Amino acid sequence: MGKLSRIAWIYIGAVIAAAAIAVALGPFGGIRWDQVAALGLLLIACESTATLLNSRSLAWSANSTASLAAVILTGPVGAALVGCCTVFGMRRGPSPAQRLFNTGMFTLSAYLAGRAYVLAGGPVGQPTPISFPHIIAPFACAVLVHVVVNFSLLRGVLWLTREPGTALGRVGLDFKLLLTDMGYAAFGVLIAALWSVLGPFTPVLVVIPLLVARWAVTQFAAQQRAYESTVSALCQAVETKDFYTRGHSERVSRGSVMIAREIGMRVERVEAIRYAGMLHDVGKLGVPTSVLQKNGSLTDDEYAAIQLHPMRGLDIVREIGFLDEALAGIMHHHERIDGRGYPMGLAGDEIPEFARVLAVADAFDAMTSNRSYRGARPVPEAVAELRKWAGTQFDPAFVDAFVTAIVRDGWKGPEAAPPGTDEAAGAAPPADGLPASVLAAGNGHPAATATSATPGAAATPGAAATPGTAGTAGTAGTAGTVPKPAGDLDDPTGPLRAIESR
Amino acid sequence: MPVAARRHEPRGFPRQVLDSGQSLLVLFAGVLLIAAVAQTAASGVRDGSAALAFGGLIAFGELLRLNLPGDREAAPIAMAGALAYALLIQVRSMPVQLEPEQVIAVAAIGMIIGALPHVAVGRPTRLSAMAAQLVAVACVAAVFRPLANASLIGTHWWSELPVMLSLVIVGWLVNAVIAALIRTDVLRARFGVMLLDEFRIQLPIGAAVGASALLIAFAAEVMGPLAVAVFTAPLLVTQVALRRYTGIRATYLQTVRALARVTEIGGYVEIGHSARVARLSVSIGRELGMPEPELLELEYAALMHDIGQLSLRDPIPGGATVLVAREEQRRIAEYGAEVIQQARVLDTVADIVRRQSDPCRPGDRGEEPPLSSRIIRAANAFDDLVGSSVEPSRAAAAVQRLRLDTASEYDPHVIEALSRLVSRRSVLGP
Repeated sequence: MGKLSRIAWIYIGAVIAAAAIAVALGPFGGIRWDQVAALGLLLIACESTATLLNSRSLAWSANSTASLAAVILTGPVGAALVGCCTVFGMRRGPSPAQRLFNTGMFTLSAYLAGRAYVLAGGPVGQPTPISFPHIIAPFACAVLVHVVVNFSLLRGVLWLTREPGTALGRVGLDFKLLLTDMGYAAFGVLIAALWSVLGPFTPVLVVIPLLVARWAVTQFAAQQRAYESTVSALCQAVETKDFYTRGHSERVSRGSVMIAREIGMRVERVEAIRYAGMLHDVGKLGVPTSVLQKNGSLTDDEYAAIQLHPMRGLDIVREIGFLDEALAGIMHHHERIDGRGYPMGLAGDEIPEFARVLAVADAFDAMTSNRSYRGARPVPEAVAELRKWAGTQFDPAFVDAFVTAIVRDGWKGPEAAPPGTDEAAGAAPPADGLPASVLAAGNGHPAATATSATPGAAATPGAAATPGTAGTAGTAGTAGTVPKPAGDLDDPTGPLRAIESR
Repeated sequence: MPVAARRHEPRGFPRQVLDSGQSLLVLFAGVLLIAAVAQTAASGVRDGSAALAFGGLIAFGELLRLNLPGDREAAPIAMAGALAYALLIQVRSMPVQLEPEQVIAVAAIGMIIGALPHVAVGRPTRLSAMAAQLVAVACVAAVFRPLANASLIGTHWWSELPVMLSLVIVGWLVNAVIAALIRTDVLRARFGVMLLDEFRIQLPIGAAVGASALLIAFAAEVMGPLAVAVFTAPLLVTQVALRRYTGIRATYLQTVRALARVTEIGGYVEIGHSARVARLSVSIGRELGMPEPELLELEYAALMHDIGQLSLRDPIPGGATVLVAREEQRRIAEYGAEVIQQARVLDTVADIVRRQSDPCRPGDRGEEPPLSSRIIRAANAFDDLVGSSVEPSRAAAAVQRLRLDTASEYDPHVIEALSRLVSRRSVLGP
């Protein structure tokens, strides 16, 4: 919550006032203060160990366990008093306004839950073995009311303090969280039930396993984040071999995830494709730097080395406990729908789904990034290019999905021109736009782009039609060539098309 | 270009191979089991429904046996169920009279039933871990059951809880000490270090298990044995999260191992170099008594110690960093550290890699490099000299040569540890 609008202030004020009135009206008779105090401490412990949720300034804590136990043991007013303890939570995160609002919200939720419990005929006080099972139905009402009031109030404040233009569906509260909260709330009845045998020690014993469970979940999440950033860092190391591909893996990973989400892949598969995207070019390391950074054309041996890079990639990542699909994706990401890709020359549905997804994201990023022989292309142009090759090089369904996702969410390309550009650009002033014009001359014949390896050949598109010419064009036309990194395998308009025609 | 052959190195415990310490433990647990079952059969099972409920819970927990980091196993739910059964005082307000033998018999039979499906699908069962659990439960039951049966504990929580709490802690300690003894035996490490490792890893899960056991024991007083299942819910959540945690941690290590091989495939270093240096470094680190978290960092750093070579345009012949100039070594180390630092979560590892090229005497950077850096430096030099050779005489000669350089280049303690490993022949291998 940064700066609050007046309506937001009024809303927060109203919530706090309602909570204060509910508490002030009492009645306070019959409340066991030792229970209120013990449960208040439990609530403070829960509040202090809240987990931050990844969206906006939201956090989740197991507060409802304490509030709902208080509903049974002490009734609505006692529960409201326990809810008030939120204000003492030892958490650095919330601002004073947030803290006050949270307190008001939990007080009100607990109070209304208590009222619902009493209304549904639930007995207030320490439950005995005979209170079960008829205590369950009123308690379920209380849990429901608590969760609903809590989430509605929270949703209200998130809506009032949202950044302009945020859709209501995106305020970061989801159904899963609601269920989790209800699960923790259900522990309230266990605390109440155990009070007769364990006294005020109950909350402590109940909360330890809950906290350890939270701890384990956080550990897992932290480990996953650590893993992700390590993989991404190592991929960047891989990329240093070729300056122009900096950030490429990361963006291909992002693009692939966009496609995967758009076509509704399961969560685990989306995770797998994220890593596949990250690691898809690892095999390039098997290609000597001198070949990758070579300006000018490549010999047959050098082409062969490059053509093998997906296999080498597979060789490196094979021992990682990934889904096999991710491995297949890495191996086949240079296959083409028309069967003219490498390393296996698979066609159509023979190509694994992951590979088809990666191919689209890979080509798109290559086109929208700077290269030594041309600048980055604008997104619309790259989209047009993808559409053009859909059906021959790319799977049309994934191209459509990607375009839809880009139109909706936008695309974040590489940030700035690489520092090396002055040298490269100086050597190749006419680079920008050259491949595009060659492509136009090629008139949809993919092999024609091969000639872009040598401007001389590009002038005579007919030469490209014979595969032999394309293959040898590299060695023949070195004079006056535009310097290009030979490792640019991903750009569908790039110089390496030559490989395909051989 | 040569491609590294896939390597399946044995790590940690050799499964299903028990050495003397472990077989002794399993034998003891077996005798315990037979005696307990015989005694229970002779005197008859008391309170059959509770025995069935807890036996079922223990079997269920054993079925969900969990791997923890560092090649450990645990069955938190089974342990909580068994401890709770040992600590039972009343079920639905009826006092419980249980002999310790029956507790041991129920726990053991539950564990065996839970382990059967694992055996059926051919998963290796770790008898020693189960035996350690059984012994811990037996200790708790042997102390608590006579007290409870003689009604010496009282019926109020303030009299029951301290006794139960301390017994749960004792049970946890017994389990941890046995686990540490086994690891000391298998890994040839120091007991004190292993015990601290065990405490560190088992503390959170032990707390959850202990608290759940107490909750189940007390809840049975009010709700009867069926409701106890509710209290295993948080343990279940913990277990699922820990399983995924362990999974991702294993993937993490595999990924770093795989990506470390990138330098080999790129022709920068000899095939298998990173893996060998990592294995040797961890062995030296363990020999020198490093705790587990540091060993993990050491392993990461050793795997990635050559990643800086990627910055070289042309590979060093044979990848032998020991042969290039100090300045060049330092530049490679510096670059490697930068790469690792990008990960933001591996700062210690980055520092270890950065300092690996510093000689072990306090140099121009002021202080001595960290122990891990010194270990990697020695292990790297050793591997550059020996390579994938398995000849003992060559290894001994390499140690001899490194020893000549100690005090100026290498840490004498590290070289001594290396020398001990070499003389034990636990360094060389395929």
